[in-house]
Amino acid sequence: MTLEMSPGNAEVLSLLEPLDVDLEPALASLHARLARDAQLTHTLDVSYRTIDSPLGKLLLAATDRGIIRVAFELEDHQSVLQQLADTVSPRILESPARLDDAARELEEYFAGKRRDFDLLLDFRLSRGFRLNVLRHLPRIPYGNTASYAQVAQAAGSPNAVRAVGTACATNPLPVIVPCHRVVKSDGSFGGYLGGPEAKRTLLTLEAAA
Amino acid sequence: METGKKPFEVVVQERGATVLRVCRAILGVHDADDAWSDTFLAALQAYPDLPVGANVEAWLVTIAHRKCIDHFRAGVRRALPVENPPEQPSHLGLPGDTDTELLDAVAKLPPKQRQAVAYHYLAGLPYKEVGELLGSSPEAARRAGADGVKALRAAIHGHASLVDSSSKGDIR
Repeated sequence: MTLEMSPGNAEVLSLLEPLDVDLEPALASLHARLARDAQLTHTLDVSYRTIDSPLGKLLLAATDRGIIRVAFELEDHQSVLQQLADTVSPRILESPARLDDAARELEEYFAGKRRDFDLLLDFRLSRGFRLNVLRHLPRIPYGNTASYAQVAQAAGSPNAVRAVGTACATNPLPVIVPCHRVVKSDGSFGGYLGGPEAKRTLLTLEAAA
Repeated sequence: METGKKPFEVVVQERGATVLRVCRAILGVHDADDAWSDTFLAALQAYPDLPVGANVEAWLVTIAHRKCIDHFRAGVRRALPVENPPEQPSHLGLPGDTDTELLDAVAKLPPKQRQAVAYHYLAGLPYKEVGELLGSSPEAARRAGADGVKALRAAIHGHASLVDSSSKGDIR
């Protein structure tokens, strides 16, 4: 911004300071109104919110087709939103309403009260074999695990074990699409987008419920 | 596909306050909310078409300028039946009642001065761009800004010396 520094600049700004009265609360309610209006006029392409979970803060993002992204703090929420802006649309607002159902179902899941998710999902961030793998994952029942090799077989490419690993590692919808149920053939957990601790937490949660 | 454009939420977070200040300066606190909403909804709509690397703040101020004119005209129309002179079409007032005299001082400025002060000092636009918005030369815009500041200063210091010089006496 090219602000011309005229001599009375600071003075003028202090003269105009009363315009700042209750600025923050006004902006908060204006933001909510914008999110609502944008939803109503179909101007909003991606809504998002964050929720607290045993895995830390989770970012949830949705399009009009369904949930498109769940992201761990480890992934850096700001850069996840920037990726969504680049690949889906920059018309993105924090707008919790479209994500109320997802937030509630995840809360129930983390409380051990829900085994399956009943949510519309937008899979447009995944393609080809990775998409195949992701579509197969919900068939691994709650509380169970499958090996990368087993998933490769089930997805129709028994030799694509590494590709299954990649599909899980790039799952845009972790927790909801249960890539955490895919483990190594020797029973060790294997990697996880949210960190090995997060994977352990989820498998322990499911084993206990 | 790769646009590099920030999520619109970031635009709201970074520029929302400035646009609200500008709308408040031009329309008053009450009508500013509607103008702000119109501005950001229109901006959200047009955002994908904004060229990458464009000056986002100047773009928003341009939209806010038009939306404020819409509200300003609506305000003038509303004010027509009453006997108030049209030089003072907007009504600035705050529920809290604090600092209203200062806002009144802004409200008493002629619209061009109010706009010049808001766009130059609050939004940080150079007078060349302020002039483009107001349909006048940079020199005329600069003059409007300077006259506006002079009038504000006079109104506020006049007020302070008349009533209570202790409260806002540090403004110089």
